[in-house]
Amino acid sequence: MTPLPAASLDLRPSWGEIALRGGLPILVSLALPFLLHFVVGPALGPYPTKLLVDVGIAIILAVSLNIVNGFTGQFSIGHAGFMAIGAYTAASVTYYGSMLIWETAERQAGFLPAGEWLLCGGCLVGGAVAAVFGYLVGLPSLRLRGDYLAIVTLGFGEIIRVLLQQTNSQLFSSDEIREAGRRELFPPPLGGALGFSDIPKYGTLFWVFTFAVLTIWVSYRLKVSAAGRAYLSIREDEVAARSIGIDITKYKVRAFVIAAFLAGIAGGLYAHSGVILSPKDAGFQRSFDVVIMVVLGGMGSISGTTLAAIILTLLPELLRDLQQYRLIIYALVLIVMMIVRPQGLFGVHEIWEFFGHKRLGTRRGGRT
Amino acid sequence: MADFVQIFVLSITAGSVYALIALGYTMVYGILKFINFAHSDVVVLGSWVSYTVAAFMFSRLHVDAEHPPLWIGAVVLLAAMAYCALSGYVIERFAYKPLRRAPRLNVLITAIGVSLFLQNCGQLTPYNLTSQGDLRFPFGASPQRMPDLLGENMSNDDRVMWSISFAPDANGYAPRVVVSKIDFSIVVSALVLMLALEILIHRTKIGMGMRAVSYNFDIAALMGVPVNAIISFTFVLGSSLAAAAGFLYALAFPGLNQPAHEVWVLLGLKAFVAAVVGGIGNVRGAALGGFLIAFVEMFGMRYIDSNLRDVYVFAVLILVLLVRPSGLLGSPEREKV
Repeated sequence: MTPLPAASLDLRPSWGEIALRGGLPILVSLALPFLLHFVVGPALGPYPTKLLVDVGIAIILAVSLNIVNGFTGQFSIGHAGFMAIGAYTAASVTYYGSMLIWETAERQAGFLPAGEWLLCGGCLVGGAVAAVFGYLVGLPSLRLRGDYLAIVTLGFGEIIRVLLQQTNSQLFSSDEIREAGRRELFPPPLGGALGFSDIPKYGTLFWVFTFAVLTIWVSYRLKVSAAGRAYLSIREDEVAARSIGIDITKYKVRAFVIAAFLAGIAGGLYAHSGVILSPKDAGFQRSFDVVIMVVLGGMGSISGTTLAAIILTLLPELLRDLQQYRLIIYALVLIVMMIVRPQGLFGVHEIWEFFGHKRLGTRRGGRT
Repeated sequence: MADFVQIFVLSITAGSVYALIALGYTMVYGILKFINFAHSDVVVLGSWVSYTVAAFMFSRLHVDAEHPPLWIGAVVLLAAMAYCALSGYVIERFAYKPLRRAPRLNVLITAIGVSLFLQNCGQLTPYNLTSQGDLRFPFGASPQRMPDLLGENMSNDDRVMWSISFAPDANGYAPRVVVSKIDFSIVVSALVLMLALEILIHRTKIGMGMRAVSYNFDIAALMGVPVNAIISFTFVLGSSLAAAAGFLYALAFPGLNQPAHEVWVLLGLKAFVAAVVGGIGNVRGAALGGFLIAFVEMFGMRYIDSNLRDVYVFAVLILVLLVRPSGLLGSPEREKV
């Protein structure tokens, strides 16, 4: 029998394999935003580019919701609320920021002009504000389980929608902001029920996919870390998780905060993708769309959720004639899925785990 | 003062509708321990079936639109209740029954699926079922106007059931509190239905079965309670109450929105909030919660800010859940391993 160190050396993958399997994902994810922005986008034209932007935003939303619904096993159906908070915050940052700095909210030309860095900052601020709300929603939810939590998150989304409708519908110009007193800025002019229009269109493929790749990366590192194991254990059995010393409260709130932050970023990008931001974006319909992506792809599976986000965003384009049947088909798929395969297409596993690939350092032949 | 009393009357009316819907939520929760998200869509179904049947009858029976006979209302109500009861049975049989032993989260997702299904099927392009085109199904994506079953949009005085006049103020303006026929019929029908339900649950054998199943599913089965039949019956009952609520709602607000409109979702959500606030699983709690929510909403609307009516309701929900997670009349759930 060989001594243990020698035996473990045998199991070690070759350097080439390490470089390939460790470095390739990083290379791909670094290259993807540039590739899409400079090659794929211009080659496809404006409309497919807009679709790709939607796909990227859907990926961020679905993968972030997966942290709460998939990993932690909580059930949030107010994700659109967080998204809307991020969207309105980021939109105010870029719109009023551009107004104050450049006196206009026109889009600046070129690759990564100063305005786009304003977008980047706006998205992060939007994410942070959404995260604060995530904390506020997450806290009471600790006392509630399952379906109660679902209702609170749904109610939260609706409250956000109603509050956004109350905002001042007349956007301010640069001079008006400077002259306005503190009182006139509350409630802030965010478009009200009419919607927030004229947001500079900075949501390019580059930014969307940079954030999408980051989201997937954060989510994956989370899943394979100790924290991720804690999430999964809470999902499987809260009482058992608590009995082995996992601070359920802490992890649940953390999951909420991370998911809300990422949803806020997605909202920021959405606001700048050439839409008129409206309070309806905080409504439950949009939340359900994201929930369906997570459930379909597999609750806990990042690659599955990503795939579901891509497919479900592109599907309506392919099935344009079936527009009025789209949601009926979704609904049927949900019901049948829950009866036939309750864990979603890929369950908690990643897609590659189904093709015999193993993570680095795992023993050959056995599943970890 | 007159203002206060008038809003009190409105709250009682709205509360009756909320309470009727909340009863359906709470009964299903009591027995199967999951939120039937699709319940609010059964209410919508009830409203729209009422509209369809009423419109059909008005067109075929050549009813005098100013003074329609009252029995038409009864027929419409029964038709809506029958249709929704059947739908409730089918929904339970095909969507929820296969998941009896599944985790609650899965059932919840299924319920959302059913809800989306009902919403979107309801607003498919309608087909004409008759050659005259007066019976159309499903309901289509445009709003419709519910025919006036109480014959009272003719003049304002016809609407009034009772009115109380108050002493005139300094300007000689005498405020008046009005209880309309619609308010009256809504409250009376809701109370009758709630009373019938109370008797059914506490005085009959099938009610005893429902209570047994809700107390402990497995032991009830061991004791010879036909669990599947009881569950089906619960859905039939809840759905017919939902249909009644939908009918009454359509009477009070004749402008029917398309089935997937957010107004409906908010109606269902508020009723659900009522069930949770009262203590979900508790039938009396649901009735109490329904009235409470209506009072909060109406008075908040009148005395604080009318734009934030939905916010008050959800604020009450969050508050109650924080202070008393099992609701006002609910019994706290012990966590067992």
